[in-house]
Order: sequence, then C-alpha cells, then structure tokens
Amino acid sequence: MNAVVASQAAPVVLDVAAIRRDFPILARTAHGKPLAYLDNAASSQRPRAVIDAMSRYYETCHANVHRGVHTLSQEATDLFEGAREKVRRFINARSAKEIIFVRGTTEAVNLVAQSYGRPRLGPGDEILISWLEHHANIVPWQQLCQQTGATLKVAPITRTGEVDYEGFAALLSPKTRIVALAHVSNSLGTVVPVARFIQAAKERGVPVLLDGAQAVPHLKVDVQALDCDFYAFSSHKMCGPTGIGVLYGREALLREMPPWQGGGDMILAVTFEKTVYNDLPYKFEAGTPAIAEAVGLGAAIDYMKSLGLDRIAAAEHDLLGYANARMATVPGLNFIGTAPEKAAVVSFTIDGIHPHDLGTILDAEGVAIRTGHHCAMPVMDFFGVPATARASFAFYNTRAEIDQMVAALHTAREMLG
Amino acid sequence: MDLKDLYRDIIVDHNRHPRNFHEMPDADLRADGFNPLCGDKLTVYVKLDGDRIGDVSFHGSGCAISVASASLLTESVKGKTVPEAEKLFGQMHDLLTRDDAEVDVPSLGKLGALSGVREFPARVKCASLCWHTLDAALHSHDQVSTE
Repeated sequence: MNAVVASQAAPVVLDVAAIRRDFPILARTAHGKPLAYLDNAASSQRPRAVIDAMSRYYETCHANVHRGVHTLSQEATDLFEGAREKVRRFINARSAKEIIFVRGTTEAVNLVAQSYGRPRLGPGDEILISWLEHHANIVPWQQLCQQTGATLKVAPITRTGEVDYEGFAALLSPKTRIVALAHVSNSLGTVVPVARFIQAAKERGVPVLLDGAQAVPHLKVDVQALDCDFYAFSSHKMCGPTGIGVLYGREALLREMPPWQGGGDMILAVTFEKTVYNDLPYKFEAGTPAIAEAVGLGAAIDYMKSLGLDRIAAAEHDLLGYANARMATVPGLNFIGTAPEKAAVVSFTIDGIHPHDLGTILDAEGVAIRTGHHCAMPVMDFFGVPATARASFAFYNTRAEIDQMVAALHTAREMLG
Repeated sequence: MDLKDLYRDIIVDHNRHPRNFHEMPDADLRADGFNPLCGDKLTVYVKLDGDRIGDVSFHGSGCAISVASASLLTESVKGKTVPEAEKLFGQMHDLLTRDDAEVDVPSLGKLGALSGVREFPARVKCASLCWHTLDAALHSHDQVSTE
C-alpha cells in the first residue's frame, strides 16, 4: 500500500530536531523509555509558542470580550477577533462572520444538526452520511432523525476503506436534505476525494457539511475551493489547545439559521417580551467564549504556517511511507484501510494479539498509540474486527520512533503471539 | 512497571488455550458482558446443580487479560455454591483494586496470577468483566457493561 507515497517521498525539508525542541512534552520519557508519541489523530501536542501565547494572554490582558470599555477588555477582544481572522485566512473563508467558535468538531456538527436541520427536516426527508464516519458525525444526525422523523442513509465503503462513490450517488435523492462526510477518516486515514461528492450534492441543491477534524492538520483546506456549506474542525488536533474548534458556515445559510443556545453575547436587546439576536458570528456564540483557547488556536495556525503546510504534509507522507514499509515486515500484521490517498494514519491488527494488549505492551516501551474502536464502531464492524491498533504521525515524529514502535510490535509477538 | 508482572505465564497460557471456552445451549443462566472501551465481548453460561454451579463456560472475544481472567474464573467457580462464587467475586474485586496487604493472595490459587493487573489501571476492567458478567448471570440480568 501507498507505494506511490513511498516512492514520491519528498526530501524532508523540515528541521525535525529543531521542531522537536519547540514541543516541551516530546522530551519526556514514559516508563523510563524515550516517549514516541504516535497518537496524533486522537490529539496532537502543543509547541511552546501556543503555550506561551495563552500564558501571555492570561498574564497581560485577560478580561471578558465584547463587553467592557476598559483597556483590558479591548485588548482581549482584539486578540480574540484577531484569532478569528487568522482562522478565516487559514481556511480561506470569505468573511470572519462565517467563522463560529465552538468547543470542537462535535459541537459544530451538533450545531448544524439542531440549528440548520431541525427546523427544516421532517418525515420522509433524508440525511446522507458515509460508513467511514466518526461517531460525532453519526449520532447528532440520528438524534435529528428521532426529533424530526427524517431517515439516516449511509453510503457504503470498499474493502480498501474508501467511500464508494457510486453507492453514494445512488443514495442521493430528491429527499436528501443534507450530506455530511468526513474529509479524512479518523480510524483509517482515508482522504475522501470530497470534490466529486460535493459536486454531486450541489447538482441536486443539497448542502454539504465536511467533518475536517483529521484534515486540517494534514491538508491545506480552502472552503471556497471545496465549495462546501459547512466545515467543522477542532483546535487540539492541529497543535492548538483543547476546548475550542471552528464551524465554518456559508454566510447566507448561517443568516437563516436560528441561534441554538441563548445567553449573553448572542443578543442585541433583551426584554421579557422579545430578544433581538446579535449579528453573525456572535449569534451562535452565547456566553463568555474560550478566549485564551482562541488565542492559542491563532498561535497554532501561525506556527503551522511558519513551518509551511506543504512541508508538513510532505514530512508526514514520508513517515507514512516508512511506517508502511517497516510494519509490513512484522509477521501476522494486517493493515486495515489501504486507500491510495491517506493521511499519516496506520490502522492495523496482529494475528492472535488483541489490540488492547498491543497498546499496553507498546506503552511499556514508551510508544503511545491508540487502540480500540476509534469512535467509529461501524468501521470496525465492516472490517469484522472488535478494535484495531492505530499509529498516527505528526510532522514532529521521526523514523527512529517508528523503529521503536516496530521493535515493540516484535516484543508483543514474542510475548503473546 | 514490568510487563512480565501483567502477562505472567499462566495468563499467557490461559489466553492461548482458554478453558471451558464454548457456548452452552442448555445453560440455566447466562449473561453478556461488554467493555466498549476495548471491544471485549463475552457471554458466561452457568448450569446449576442444586444450589451449586454444576458447569460454567464462556465464549466471545477479548484481550489476553479478559480471556485469561474468564478462563480462570470458569475453573475456579465450578462446583462452588452461589454464595461461595459471590464471595470470590468480592475477593477478586479487592485483588484487582487494593494493595496486596489487604488480600490473601495465596488463598485465591491460580486467580492470584491476576494481581499484576492492579499496576495497570487501564486494564482492570478487562480482568473484572467476566466476574461482573457471572454476577449478572447468577442474578439473571441479561447484560452488563464495564463502562
């Protein structure tokens, strides 16, 4: 698998040794062994630039935003709105009004389901997702179906872990009211060629939400070029803090949507008889937002841009190619998900060894991977496994760390195989 | 942390060759256990002989710790009365969650091999799943989950 990626492995132009010094946590050990952090698809680590930006914010100018006339409130507001503008440029949205700060991808999908979907959908309507989805792009739609009487349709996937386009197109119908797809699969790493899917939906006038949680750390995302209607992602998978994420929405759609939570900041005027809602994007940001986290996300975007998104992608593809080649030498190892286009994620099983045991044995060797169903139980069911082990790489990982993992896999086979 | 303390020879043996590992269509009692964190799924079957556990088996899939623990369970409760089995459940709970000093490990026989699990908190639920499932079967609940 991924022979193309391996043979095209671009020379790694990132200075990985220097980059690793930017990430304080990478210097620590686990069980006396050097830490090999290969669980980046669950959450990446943060560079000092992000940690410092958040500390600096708290130490110098914290106050509530959009509320005070005093100096600190103004500075905090400028930083917060500055972060929104960084996000806008990062995904090339037309306007900062289209950037809604939320807690993460999960909240973004829930917001769209409840605010866009709930008033519009009814019995007979259909929501179309794929078999690859993370639970966060399944459960909010199931809940919406229960609330409205709509039906959830699921596009099939292939044995390589790709969304079956013909199967998807066959399920698109005049009843389809929204399409929600992963941009990159969290459990398998498949990069979904979303342009084709979006075009098919557009031809029928169906709006499209993309779950970009796994895409933004690896791909350059341009929401205008994608021509999607909603794009959701989380900060913590792209070197930013936890607790904040982004919903991009096309302005015309966001305008029509009612607020989904009420409170401060999302209003212009309140009496007991009537409330006038605030403008975009504040209409969807009730209550005091995660200000320091927004500042941290802005710093993470700056950091990733300073390295170069293309160079990050090249470095990660190099690691993926190397990992595939090295792991193929482990007897009994089965790759789960072998799409030609993948982010730096390798899901696998080893004959006779449960993934949970692999996780423990690798941990004892200092290697952190994810084991389990990866919040994608339907994917596990499709491949007939209760769980997989998943190694996922970031630009700060090294070939030596992959060697460390492969050595630990051999140890696991000796112990339990 | 020593992996050998978790994957002791007896655990590895019972994982590779689980005892009483089969379905039991004529069981008097049965319950399903599920650990959603790692996907362990097992069913425990019990055939009663008066007030005693005349026969017990399990079936399903899971990690080495959950399979070995279930295999050891079947060996240890066969022939015991229901109250004796429940007492053993309590002792196993202590073994998996408390310090050595509070548990008479030698009295547990082979089950003592699971004492190393305590040092791996993420794995305690793997070892205890079969015991919760047996408990549910004896009390005729249909399903337990360790989450």
